[in-house]
Amino acid sequence: MARMATTRRVAVSTIGAWLAGFLIFFPILWMVLASFKTELEAFAIPPSFLFFHWTLENYATVQERSDYLHHAMNSIIIAGGSTLIALLIAIPAAWSMAFSPTKRTKDILLWMLSTKMMPPVGVLVPIYLIYKTFGLLDSRIGLVFILCLGNLPIVIWMLFTYFKEIPRDILEAARMDGATIGRELVYVLTPMAIPGLASTMLLNLILAWNEAFWTLNLSTLHAAPLTTFIASYSSPEGLFWAKLSAASTLAIAPILVLGWFSQKQLVRGLTFGAVK
Amino acid sequence: MKKVLGAVCGASALLLSFPSMAETTLTIATVNNGDMIRMQGLTSEFTAKNPDITVKWVTLEENVLRQRVTTDIATKGGQFDVLTIGTYEVPIWAKKGWLVPLANLGADYDVADILPKIRDAVSVDGKLYAAPFYGESSMVMYRTDLFEKAGLKMPEKPTWDFVIDAAKKLTDKAGGVYGICLRGKAGWGENMAFLTAMSNSYGARWFDEKWQPQFNSPEWKTTLTTYVNLMKEAGPPGASSNGFNENLALFNAGKCGMWIDATVAASFVTNPKDSKVADKVGFALAPNTGLGKNANWLWAWSLAIPAGSKKSDAAEKFIAWATSKDYTKLVASKEGWANVPPGTRTSLYQNPDYLKVAPFAKPTLASIDAADPNKPTVKPVPYVGVQYAAIPEFQGIGTQVGQQFSAALAGSMTVDAALTAAQSATEREMKRAGYIK
Repeated sequence: MARMATTRRVAVSTIGAWLAGFLIFFPILWMVLASFKTELEAFAIPPSFLFFHWTLENYATVQERSDYLHHAMNSIIIAGGSTLIALLIAIPAAWSMAFSPTKRTKDILLWMLSTKMMPPVGVLVPIYLIYKTFGLLDSRIGLVFILCLGNLPIVIWMLFTYFKEIPRDILEAARMDGATIGRELVYVLTPMAIPGLASTMLLNLILAWNEAFWTLNLSTLHAAPLTTFIASYSSPEGLFWAKLSAASTLAIAPILVLGWFSQKQLVRGLTFGAVK
Repeated sequence: MKKVLGAVCGASALLLSFPSMAETTLTIATVNNGDMIRMQGLTSEFTAKNPDITVKWVTLEENVLRQRVTTDIATKGGQFDVLTIGTYEVPIWAKKGWLVPLANLGADYDVADILPKIRDAVSVDGKLYAAPFYGESSMVMYRTDLFEKAGLKMPEKPTWDFVIDAAKKLTDKAGGVYGICLRGKAGWGENMAFLTAMSNSYGARWFDEKWQPQFNSPEWKTTLTTYVNLMKEAGPPGASSNGFNENLALFNAGKCGMWIDATVAASFVTNPKDSKVADKVGFALAPNTGLGKNANWLWAWSLAIPAGSKKSDAAEKFIAWATSKDYTKLVASKEGWANVPPGTRTSLYQNPDYLKVAPFAKPTLASIDAADPNKPTVKPVPYVGVQYAAIPEFQGIGTQVGQQFSAALAGSMTVDAALTAAQSATEREMKRAGYIK
């Protein structure tokens, strides 16, 4: 009896999870489907789910009109660059705050988070002027810098939380066994911190990839990433949903694939420390 | 020695000749509208004639472009050499000294051929600050088959009474056909473009001569009450989230008896590739109430040069090419007369080839002629603009008011409450901006 109840519960929760997953994934699925429709079908009421005239016309138009590879390369450089630099700064910062906290550690953490509380548009003009003065407008390095700064508080906070979960006793035990700092780092700490590092890196990569305020406002041509590529297909006057969907599908494809392959680390990292 | 001398001379010659070979790269900011995309496709024709100029495009959604370009021009960022801006920005930016007057468009440009109303809209103190690329007004698009079935005949210049009556008769909610589709989505360029134009026909105005907001006037009450009641009785469900594209989709799917919107929609609704009702569409002027003003707006997407641009000569050359009569002929030869950018030149509306393929040409021209940005409504106003007031504060105020009116349409607020909220919000913003005390 107990076994049956468990099986039923498992079945119900599995169906529930699948339903919830489908519901969350539905907008993306709908976008992918719309990218294979004609503009008229993309707008059709009632909408057709699968039985429509499938076409690759939108992808052809997008390829013809825009330089996808240029934008994709910029996205990779900007998102990747900002993530790497953010990690380089955040790891030692979080490490020291987690393992040698001082009286002010909490205040510093809160202060860092407070920088995320202001809407970015509030500092658009000053940042634009600074960028203009230093010749950083429409440059990849400029975007790497601003996205790195924007995401740094989140990265530090996440890493701090993961590092806090690593028991200090283990480090002490390693030291008692005669491990040097180098060995302690490589053999004891790194394996324990990898899930946290991986998920922080992935989350930061996704945030930077999707960032659409600074990338739109500080880039023109040379440094324009995929967000500007998508924005160029939206229009208040005219039918554009199918082409916009094709552009969006192309834009999210790389990060979607990356997320798919690394979901194990992502989930492990995100739930790290959730259960004590 | 001779060899060295020769090498030095050669190198100097190369260096001296370098500037004349230097290419000018123009960065052009534009919107993602059909005519603009076509222009991008034809750029090679321009660069073939001007091998020293390279053209690069930055295409963005209208509101994103507006924010991007405004930031750049206000900070003199110099990221763009040619800007695509509307009639709303031209007078404001020209007065701020942000735009270069276009005085060297060439001898054969024929400025006098530009439609007078459009030319006025992009000129300040008699100087042209932007060259119109395509112009539009708004008009009634209606289903001839449904009108015939209901025994109705659309007059050339319909009144609101007629339109309201016809909308009710055409509505067949069970059959999924709604008498009229109108904008309801909040925004200064969305529902407020339509409602401001509609209010002009009812004799309402945004501000009196002393910049005092006028939403407490009986004219605004009549406008909003008529609009909300009409949409409740004869409009599609969820109209408060419908903008141009949503209504276009509804009309093309055969769900609307009438649709009052941009004249540029005429080419979409009559295109059999996009529309199920392509051969059943008629056109008429936007409705009036007999006060002398129709409910139609005026807009032109235009090309302008930001002040401080170091490439203004090349930029003006490009603008002259893109907005010339020859460009129109070029588009016609490549893509047919139906695809030429409309609403800017008198000569286009005298061209028999164009008139033959564009059944909407005459109502479009009549609509543009009927709008006057300098005298938009019955009573005098201190601002320029038909469906907007060309002051920098309007974008914010217009969107706030639009939200109240959209809420009234959705039924979450009464007409009176929406007007009161609009009045107090506008008063507050106008006081803050120093127009009134």
